Amino acid sequence: MDLLTIDIAHVLAGALVLTSFMLLYQDRLSGLINIYTLHAVVLSLSVAWQAYYQDAPHLYVTAGIAVIFKAVIIPFSLRRIIERLRIHRTVEVVGGVGVTMLIGIFLTALSLVVMLPATASADPLAREDIAFALAIVLLGLLMMVTRRNAVSQIIGFMSLENGLILAAAGAHGMPLVVEISVAFSILIAFIVIGIFLFRIRERFDNVDLFELDRVRGGRS
Amino acid sequence: MPLYLALICVGALLAVSVYAIVQRRNPDISRNVYRLCIALCGVLFLAAVMPRGAHVVSTTLPLGLPWIGMHFRIDVLSAFFLAVVNLGGAAASAYAIGYGAHEKDPMRVLPFYPAFLAGMNVVVLADDAFAFLVAWEFMSLASWALVLTHHHEAENRRAGFVYLLMASFGGFALLMAFGVLGGVGGAYDFASIRESTKEAWKSGLILALAMVGMGSKAGLAPLHIWLPLAHPAAPSHVSALMSGVMTKVAVYGFIRVVFDLLGPPAFWWSVEPMTFGAASALIGVLFATIQSDLKKLLAYSTIENIGIIFIALGLALAFKANGLALPAALAFTAALFHVFNHSLFKSLLFFGAGAVLSGSGERSIERLGGLIHSMPKTAFLFLGGCVAISALPPLNGFVSEWLVFQAILLSPSLPQWTVKLLVPAIGVALALSAALGAGCYIRAYGVAFLGRPRSEAARVAQDPDRWSLGTMAALLALCLLAGLLPSLLIDTISPAAKDFVGGRMPAQAELAWLSIAPIAQSRSSYNGLLVFVFILFSAYSAKWVIHKFGSSRSRRAPAWDCGYIEKSPTTQYTASSFAQPIRRTLGVIAFSVRERLDMPAPGEMRAARLSVDIKDRIFDYLYAPLTRAVETCASGLNILGLLSIQEYLALVFGALVFLLVLVAI
Repeated sequence: MDLLTIDIAHVLAGALVLTSFMLLYQDRLSGLINIYTLHAVVLSLSVAWQAYYQDAPHLYVTAGIAVIFKAVIIPFSLRRIIERLRIHRTVEVVGGVGVTMLIGIFLTALSLVVMLPATASADPLAREDIAFALAIVLLGLLMMVTRRNAVSQIIGFMSLENGLILAAAGAHGMPLVVEISVAFSILIAFIVIGIFLFRIRERFDNVDLFELDRVRGGRS
Repeated sequence: MPLYLALICVGALLAVSVYAIVQRRNPDISRNVYRLCIALCGVLFLAAVMPRGAHVVSTTLPLGLPWIGMHFRIDVLSAFFLAVVNLGGAAASAYAIGYGAHEKDPMRVLPFYPAFLAGMNVVVLADDAFAFLVAWEFMSLASWALVLTHHHEAENRRAGFVYLLMASFGGFALLMAFGVLGGVGGAYDFASIRESTKEAWKSGLILALAMVGMGSKAGLAPLHIWLPLAHPAAPSHVSALMSGVMTKVAVYGFIRVVFDLLGPPAFWWSVEPMTFGAASALIGVLFATIQSDLKKLLAYSTIENIGIIFIALGLALAFKANGLALPAALAFTAALFHVFNHSLFKSLLFFGAGAVLSGSGERSIERLGGLIHSMPKTAFLFLGGCVAISALPPLNGFVSEWLVFQAILLSPSLPQWTVKLLVPAIGVALALSAALGAGCYIRAYGVAFLGRPRSEAARVAQDPDRWSLGTMAALLALCLLAGLLPSLLIDTISPAAKDFVGGRMPAQAELAWLSIAPIAQSRSSYNGLLVFVFILFSAYSAKWVIHKFGSSRSRRAPAWDCGYIEKSPTTQYTASSFAQPIRRTLGVIAFSVRERLDMPAPGEMRAARLSVDIKDRIFDYLYAPLTRAVETCASGLNILGLLSIQEYLALVFGALVFLLVLVAI
């Protein structure tokens, strides 16, 4: 097995994790979208490398879908949404970046500790990739937990989904039709959430979840 | 053969349920359903007593869980309980042919009644945990629906609610008991459970869970609280089934789990059934003594009798654990004998209470009285039931309680000091409850049937129809028969004792003059026939002597009226007066009684009032804190309904990370 190939795959997957960390501390919405674009590009590179390594042409299609949807259409529409909502200059208060980063490091370590023994018998490439994918999923969840703005929550959700795609690409033989349907369902989820954002904005003049909570009459 | 016959009959009982729903407009539906139930119970009874060919018959039907199916089996114990269940079922159905005609809304009874019978039969036949639990819950739910027959009264709705709670609680306990029994491998048919080995702590846990699960259905204190509410709420023939038969099904379940599935016992297993049995016997009889609602009184007395049965079962465990086969067989036989007896006389008494209820419309004995004049036949039959349940010879109640005492007297042969010291105390409790039980029935019978009528309803009450009277007479005859010929019954039970405690009592049928000698004739023996003949002889000779040397004319004279001018029936000794000594002496300890006297000042014209508040201490000290704890937890969990999205996400996230950490470690 070509060590260089494996190393490149690891670098790409590691870069994806690194981008997830960047998402975690980025507090500007427009910056967040930029980083998400980067996330998607790195993902598609990683998947394309997998396609080359596994000699699986359908993974090129997956990579292509990732670039078109996640690196072009979704960031573009997100940017339009935040401009129309006039929140593109908003700086979100992300409490305790240091703590969040520490938690993120802990999660990454955790996923490595869990996954490496569990997949001991698997292909060395898939092993690392799946561990990284779990880290990305956990970081996406962590982002959803720590953010208050609905737009950043969407981005957290979609970075989580990128992790799933990475895992799927690493595991041999995920059928193309599944990937396409996943890509479309993400798009639809995105559309639905986008529509909801506007509706929420119309009703409450805000997309801050904290404010929504107040309107709902929960604990303030 | 008998097993298939029994299963077909169970299927037919379910079909009768459907038939009752389909034919609900038919005016004869009530009679038809009960007739079909009698026939099917009769066939099931035959299936139980017919020779089985093999010692144990079992089969698997492709029902329920796929690839596993349901296992059914008849052995000596199932056959015995099958006979008890269906004897009671047939009697209740026969009684209901007449009694059911009074039902205002028969469709609330008819579909559930055959289903209830079917459920009880399947519990007894089940041979795997799945079939057992399904049938058990089926039985609970059907009986719950029957408890709610008269759901327009708030009291009955509450009874149904409490019953449902306790039944589901018990059901969960049983589920866990079988879960532990089945183990990790999850082999839930009884055959493989029997094979598996159980560690000591597991056995203890299963025993405790079985006590809770079966005890809550049988009415073992302190899980008895639903029983005095639910049993009286149902129509009387259903009350008879629930009290007389369903509690026995729970006893069956206990025996099946503890004596059969759990393997060879340790001596300390006996402590739990004996202690709780003694507590039930005492609590049951004390509360029965102060009740004025006839059906409630009977329900409390059921608790007492279940206590007696559990005491005997505990003794059997203690003896079996120490390899004392003969005393174990004696105690086990006594328990089963009492199961049989109680199903007879408790059904009889509930039928009597039903007859009183339908004849006079009154349930409270405070407003009855003098029924012996208006309902002479019922009065005679009810008296028979009272004598039987008060354990007076020559009826059957005496025999089984005597056997229990014989077993208790053998306790010095036990080697462990714990049990050796415990058993005499249990014996004292049993003796006390037997005596109080007799007092309780003297009071019930004396106040309701003797004296002068306390209300117009009691004065004009009438005997019920022929079906009801016939059923009660048949049950009384069976009581007498079992009292006169106990040797037959003991010999019928002894194969079960052989299988479950490993010993058998000496064959009784060979003894001369139908007497029974549980251990050896030199030690103690009893002859019901002799006692019966003696009672008849002395009574008739006394009558003969009186009529010969005194007057041969029977005459009626006015009762001594204590010098009162007005002869109001309210001046009679009432049920409360009868219970007062016990209420006063034990009131503070057992019932937490509060008496309040509202005495008018001198010169004031209003009447003085004495009001008595009686509370069940178990309610206050066990259930009330439990309810509060559940409420606190529930309102604490309310916060979870008002979290923000992030907090929900954080919960999910936290759970995920926690599980991952567990995996990593």
